[in-house]
Amino acid sequence: MSARAAVLAFPGRLASFRREGWPMVPITILAVLALLAIFADVIVPHDPQVGLLGERFRPPAWQQGGSAAHLLGTDHVGRDVLSRLIFGARVSMVVGFTAVIFAGVVGTVLGILAGYLGGWVDQVIMRVTDAWLALPALTFAIFLAAIVGPSEMNIVIILGIVYWTRYARVVRGEVLSLKERDYVRLAIVAGCSKRTIMRRHILPNVVNSAIVLATLMLGVVIVTEAALSFLGVGVPPPKPAWGLMLADGKKGLMAGYWWLTVLPGICIMLMVLSANLIGDWLRVKLDPQLRQL
Amino acid sequence: MNERDTPLLDVRGLTTHYVSARGTRVTRAVEDVSFTLRDGETLGIVGESGSGKSTLALSLLRLLPPAARIVAGAVRFEGEDLLNKPESEMRRIRGKRIAMILQDPMASLNPLFTVGDQVGEPLRVHEGATRRGAWNRARELLGAVRISAPATRVRNYPHELSGGMRQRIVGAIAISCGPRVLIADEPTTSLDVTIQAQYLSLLRELQRAQGLAMIFITHNLGIVARMCDAVAVMYAGRIVEAGPVRRIFGAPQHPYTRALIESIPRLGEANGRLTAIEGQPPDPAALPTGCAFHPRCPQRLERCATEVPHDTAIATDHRTACWLHP
Repeated sequence: MSARAAVLAFPGRLASFRREGWPMVPITILAVLALLAIFADVIVPHDPQVGLLGERFRPPAWQQGGSAAHLLGTDHVGRDVLSRLIFGARVSMVVGFTAVIFAGVVGTVLGILAGYLGGWVDQVIMRVTDAWLALPALTFAIFLAAIVGPSEMNIVIILGIVYWTRYARVVRGEVLSLKERDYVRLAIVAGCSKRTIMRRHILPNVVNSAIVLATLMLGVVIVTEAALSFLGVGVPPPKPAWGLMLADGKKGLMAGYWWLTVLPGICIMLMVLSANLIGDWLRVKLDPQLRQL
Repeated sequence: MNERDTPLLDVRGLTTHYVSARGTRVTRAVEDVSFTLRDGETLGIVGESGSGKSTLALSLLRLLPPAARIVAGAVRFEGEDLLNKPESEMRRIRGKRIAMILQDPMASLNPLFTVGDQVGEPLRVHEGATRRGAWNRARELLGAVRISAPATRVRNYPHELSGGMRQRIVGAIAISCGPRVLIADEPTTSLDVTIQAQYLSLLRELQRAQGLAMIFITHNLGIVARMCDAVAVMYAGRIVEAGPVRRIFGAPQHPYTRALIESIPRLGEANGRLTAIEGQPPDPAALPTGCAFHPRCPQRLERCATEVPHDTAIATDHRTACWLHP
C-alpha cells in the first residue's frame, strides 16, 4: 500500500495526471470514434464500397489536386477514404467489442469453474490454457481463419477463441483468493450450493478485474483484427476495415499515395492507444479499492 | 436415559486426519473425540491453537478441506447420522438446523451486497423466500441482534458498519433460519474487549430466546466461564478433560487443565508472575507416544510415555483421560 501511495503521491506530471478525474483525451477519442461508428450511414459523404474509377488516387483536400468532395482523398478504385475510415471504425468497434465480450464471458466462466471447483476441472482448464498461451496468438488466429474462412462473425469467434485464456488465468487467480475469504466460507456454512456461491459471491467480485482486463484487451483485439484483415484472412473485402485499407494502400506507398496507409494507420493507433490508456487508468483506479474492500 | 435426555448432538469417537498428497504424512487433528450436547446447552471447547478445535467443528458439518478425512466415529444429530448423509442433505442441514459463526466479522460479509441481502440469503436458499420477504425478515433479525435503526441498516453495505455491528450481522445470519445448534468458532477474537462483552451477552440472549444449543470454540477460559454450561478441554486432538463448568474450574483433574486455569491472570492476586506451561504444543504430525501431554506434564508417570490414557469418569458428567486417574 505504502509503495503504491508513494508512487501516486509523487509530485510529478504523470502522478497528477493519474490522480485527477477522468482521462478525458482517450475517452473523447473513443467517444468520437464510437459516434462515427454508430451514425456512419448518416455521416458518410460517399458509399464506402463503391468507387468511381475516374476519381482514383485523389489526394486529401488540402493537397495539390485534392477536392472538397473527397476530404481525405480516394483509393486505387476511387472510393472515398473518409467514408471508408468511418465505416472502418464501425467494423473495428463491432469486432473489437464483441470479441472482447465473447472472450471475456468464456474466459471468466471457465476461470471461475477452474478456480472454485479445483481438482480435475482446474487441471483440464489450466492445462488447456497453458497450451493456448504457448501458441503465438496471431499465428493461431491465422490458422483458425484459414480453416473457417473470413467473415466478420468468424473473426469475432476466432479472436474469442484465441484470447479467452487471458481472462481464465486472471479470473482463476482471483477466485483462488476469493474462495478462502470468510464470506464465501460463511455461505458454505449457510448451506449454499456451489452454483449459488459461484454466482452470488464469486462472480460479482471478479467482474471488476474482468472489466479492467477487457479494456486492456480491446486494444490487442483491434490490432489483431487489423493484422488479420491486412493479411487477407480477416474481414473480407470490399468491406471497409482499417487493416484491409492498409493492405490495399501499401502498394501505393512508394508511389506517394501516403494517405491510403497513413490515415488508417493513425485511426488504428488512436483507437488502440485510447483503449489502452483507459484500461490503464481503470486498473489504477480500481486496484486500491479492491484491496480496501 | 429417558426420552427427554436423548442428546441433540451426539458425537462418538470422531477421528479426523489430514493426509498429505502422497499419503505419507498423516496429521491426527482430531482423535477419538466424544461428547454430547443437549437442547439449550452451551458446550465450550477450549484448547491451544492447533489442538484440533476448528477441525472438530468443521468435521461436524462435513466442511473439511479436501486433504482431511473423517476416518472413524459417528455424529448423530436429532437421531440422524450426519457422516453418512449425501452432500445434498447436508446442505439442507447447514445454516438451517446447524449454523456456524466464523472468526472474522470483517471478512465474513461480502463487500458487494447489502446487509439485507446477506442476512436474507439463508432464508432464500433454505426456505425459498422471495427477495422482499427475505428483506422483511432481515429487518426483524437485525432488531433481534440489537442493531439500531434496522430499517436503514438493511440497506447498508458492510464497509459502512463497525466491526461490532458486522459481527452482530454475522450472528443474525446464523440465526436467520432458526437453527437448533449454533457453532461459534472464536467469534470474538477480533473484537475489542467491550464489544466482546456485549456480543457475548447478545449470544446468551439469543440462545435463551431461541432455545439454541451452542458449541463455543475458544482459547479464552474467561469466556468459557461466563458462557458455558459444560467444557471440553482439547489437547493435541483429544479431549483430555470434560465436565460441567463449575467442576472443571473448581476441581480440575488433568494436569493440563490445571495448568491452563493457573495461567489465567486474576485481579487481586499479588503473587507476582503468571505460571506458564513449559514447552511447546506438540506438532500434530509427530505426536509424542502415550499421552501427548507427557513431555510437558509436571506430574508424569512412567506409563504416560508409552500408553495412551483412557477416559475415566471422575463424577457424573466429569471425565478425564490421565493416568493419574486410571
